[in-house]
Amino acid sequence: MTRHIISIGDFDRRQIDRLLDNAKRIDAQKYDKNALYGKILATLFFEPSTRTRMSFEAAMARFGGTSISVGSVEACSMAKGETLADTIRVVSGYADAIVIRHPKEGAARLAAQFASVPVINAGDGAGQHPSQTLLDLYTIRQSMKLDGISIALIGDLRYGRTAHSLASALSLYHAKLHTISPKGLELPTSLHTELSEKGMEVTEHEDIRDVIKEVDVIYVTRIQRERFPDSASYFNVALSYRITPELLAGAKKHAIVLHPLPRVDEIDPRVDQLSHAKYFEQSKNGVPVRMAMLLQVMQ
Amino acid sequence: MKKQENPDEGLLVRRIQNGTVIDHIDPGEALNVVKILGITGTTLESLSIATNVPSGQMGKKDIVKLSNRELSKEEVDRIALISPRATINIIRNFKVCEKKGVEIPDMIEGLVRCPNPGCISNTNEPIRSRFLVTPKGLHCTYCDWVIGRDITSYII
Repeated sequence: MTRHIISIGDFDRRQIDRLLDNAKRIDAQKYDKNALYGKILATLFFEPSTRTRMSFEAAMARFGGTSISVGSVEACSMAKGETLADTIRVVSGYADAIVIRHPKEGAARLAAQFASVPVINAGDGAGQHPSQTLLDLYTIRQSMKLDGISIALIGDLRYGRTAHSLASALSLYHAKLHTISPKGLELPTSLHTELSEKGMEVTEHEDIRDVIKEVDVIYVTRIQRERFPDSASYFNVALSYRITPELLAGAKKHAIVLHPLPRVDEIDPRVDQLSHAKYFEQSKNGVPVRMAMLLQVMQ
Repeated sequence: MKKQENPDEGLLVRRIQNGTVIDHIDPGEALNVVKILGITGTTLESLSIATNVPSGQMGKKDIVKLSNRELSKEEVDRIALISPRATINIIRNFKVCEKKGVEIPDMIEGLVRCPNPGCISNTNEPIRSRFLVTPKGLHCTYCDWVIGRDITSYII
């Protein structure tokens, strides 16, 4: 049976732990540099990407494999009206695995249905982005045990797919969740209910200062300008959710700040110098985690 | 012994010679049952519908009679989504040859449209919509959207 990675919800805790253990071994340079020599990875990105695409390509190169892609969406046959199903069937003939990012939710599941090689979801619209969740978990695990952590999710929690997937995954680790978001961008009620049903303690707050003393992880997501009627109201909100050194002065010593990047105004650049700042480390962790994913589906 | 009755007495619509009688439909759902079965004015069956008729068991019920068409198991089970108490009688030469209840299916395909406009199943891809039937409602297997209520308004 072809192995695909479509949603973090398809993983149980044991499978996540095993993948993160493999990523750790890879991170420590304990891997076969030619593990995927002669293999080809097709990267199909129908939406812009910097980190995800480059880190998948870097991961493939580290194992001695090759990546191929279509370049821009305008240059591919989907611009001529070809269905995704046909594109996937064709690309399956060229590569040993496919990484796909697509604006439509469920696109990766559809791709898995038509592919004869493994498919990895690199983000489908507002849906799933499992490799981001896995590298988020990996980064947290570098600093602390995942079990029972207290995490604050800040920013756009309504549309932020990374926050949704991370919250779901952390429910497997009995984490306590604190949510802080502007009005209208709160965690969807359905997800809130789902997490509570899984036994997760979820608390909403108006201000990050209410919980800064007790959280181990501060996970910041980008608040998009287009969600607000004008620039002034955006800046008002964005500034009130900004992470600053002054705010972090009240945090636990070991607390870490994560952000899936790109950041705009959410984190004061002065935070970069503090030991709390782990977002560039997080971004770098994309390579070993995605190497572990490639190995899992291709070996 | 059961009393011999005049079979047409008290019936709003005549008996059918061959076909299917869907009985004990929740009151008011008959038109949705017809919709779920894909029956329109342009299909060939002759169709009789009775709505809100008195029922000993249910107080009120709807009935649908379809001449010259025997419903398949898959079609029957679709009805369970909106009327789980419905019973199906297959009629041959005026006699009930088979009587069965409806079972809620585990999965339904091509019957309901995903309400999420961003779902890949609402595009020109060569797929049928696919939903898992869960206690919370219908779960889109593509985008994870859940239709918790008002399922009939999403019937394709």
